[in-house]
Amino acid sequence: MPIIQLSNVTKRFGTFTALDAVSLDVSKGERVVVCGPSGSGKSTLIRCINQLEVHDAGTITVDGVMLDGSKAALNRIREKVGMVFQQFNLFPHLSIIDNLILGPMRARGKTREEAREIAMRYLTRVRIPEQADKFPRQLSGGQQQRVAIARALCMEPEILLFDEPTSALDPEMINEVLDVMVGLAESGMTMIVVTHEMGFARKVADTMVFMDHGEIVETAPPETFFTAPKSLRCQDFLQKILPH
Amino acid sequence: MSVFPHLTASLSPPDLFRGSGSGGNAIPDCRHGASLVLNKSGNDSGVRILILLALLATLTGCSADWGWYVVDPSTKSGWINLKFLLSGLYYTILLSVTAILISVVIGLLVALPGLSKNPVLRGFNRVYVEIVRAVPILVLILWVYYGLPQVADISISVFWAGVLALALSDSAFEAEIFRAGIQSIDKGQYEAAHSVSLNYSDTMRFVILPQAIRRILPALGNQLVYMLKMSSLVSVIGMQELTRKANELVVTEYRPLEIYTILVLEYLVLILIVSAGVRWLERRMQTDER
Ligand SMILES: Nc1ncnc2c1ncn2[C@@H]1O[C@H](COP(=O)(O)OP(=O)(O)OP(=O)(O)O)[C@@H](O)[C@H]1O
Ligand SMILES: [Mg+2]
Repeated sequence: MPIIQLSNVTKRFGTFTALDAVSLDVSKGERVVVCGPSGSGKSTLIRCINQLEVHDAGTITVDGVMLDGSKAALNRIREKVGMVFQQFNLFPHLSIIDNLILGPMRARGKTREEAREIAMRYLTRVRIPEQADKFPRQLSGGQQQRVAIARALCMEPEILLFDEPTSALDPEMINEVLDVMVGLAESGMTMIVVTHEMGFARKVADTMVFMDHGEIVETAPPETFFTAPKSLRCQDFLQKILPH
Repeated sequence: MSVFPHLTASLSPPDLFRGSGSGGNAIPDCRHGASLVLNKSGNDSGVRILILLALLATLTGCSADWGWYVVDPSTKSGWINLKFLLSGLYYTILLSVTAILISVVIGLLVALPGLSKNPVLRGFNRVYVEIVRAVPILVLILWVYYGLPQVADISISVFWAGVLALALSDSAFEAEIFRAGIQSIDKGQYEAAHSVSLNYSDTMRFVILPQAIRRILPALGNQLVYMLKMSSLVSVIGMQELTRKANELVVTEYRPLEIYTILVLEYLVLILIVSAGVRWLERRMQTDER
């Protein structure tokens, strides 16, 4: 039984169809990397999974909870699904530690001490425990994104979604974030990662998903995906982004 | 019977602008008082005080007989008069601060529905803001004090009538300020709050409002200044605040120029202090974020 099941999910913005009857199964512990040209619906796909966007048709089931637009379903999946954003979206008025303990304290009912302990554990895991008392703007982009990953981990989610987590970073900071994500993948976390970092994809992906024009065009394990893509559109795309 | 007997009394032309010549005898006193304030305040307000001093000097230069004796603290009656004038400070501040606190709360409660997706809630926000903004403050004060007790069959004190009228009329502006401030917060902040499972009220309380309030602080400070000035209107229903005290003293002493000049100075000093306080708060909150 897959932990995430999308079947014929459609999302429209006005008359524009951003997702066109998309179906995808993700099993527990699976690492899925999603790629595709700009505007192809990658962000929309993962934002539907934690209901930042509400789909118009089709069904989404996350860990046995059917997302039917009800508040109860929304609250239940928010607890299971964490998200890391392209622009980090840290809370700028709170120190790093306060960024991390807010969710656990308010939504998980943890005491400050418990929340701090969890937060320090994950800050150590993303290798910046010494930054706990600084504010987000005092950190480099790579450090901020690692804090954002730690913030998501503090909620102890079943599933982590990444929307182009390294696209806003200077090249020299990309690897420090990818390293943390590789570590996460090795620990068995279920991950859906939208990224164009194909080196990372080769290393961690169980499944590659290629999207174009709101559709999933190709789904394949990385070996076949990179060596023998079936569709022309995917071949075309890979040719553009892979170094020759 | 007139609502403002003291005003009618003071409207007969006083001997302000007769002749010209050198300044009156009490100018040194005035300079002394102002320079004390100068020493205590920051550079910015220092400049403002200097400008005021210059204005005052010009003013005194144009008039022959100033009667600063009415508020000369070295004489017994002058000291009593001065204390009488200053005694209004308490109610001016209490009135303004109570009113602004209430208006901030009402403003926030009116602003939140204005940000809703629900058209009925948004409609409530628009109607409230448009109506309340359209009523002149003085009219609202009179209506609340004389009208409301009849409509609602309650008795209302001068103080609470003043607070209510000031708070209501200001709340529409507060609502607009809050709405703009909240709307200026990036959508990503809501999404991040959602992603760590915060519900709507926690998102507002811990994520959105703390950032919005930092941004609207200068505007809120302006509203407090505005409120301090508008509180003078509550004198018409007999509130014993700065303006009322000045009016009453004018009726007995018949020296409107000197007394109203003191009144101007009272408001000026009060507002300079408030502005400095708001700037200090702004600076402190900015360093918090870094
Ligand atoms: N809130 C919205 N309102 C209207 N149109 C939207 C909205 N969000 C996305 N779209 C449109 O839906 C399409 C898919 O957007 P999406 O963000 O999912 O693409 P993407 O594959 O993530 O692209 P990118 O690589 O640029 O991030 C785009 O054409 C975009 O313009
Ligand atoms: Mg995107």
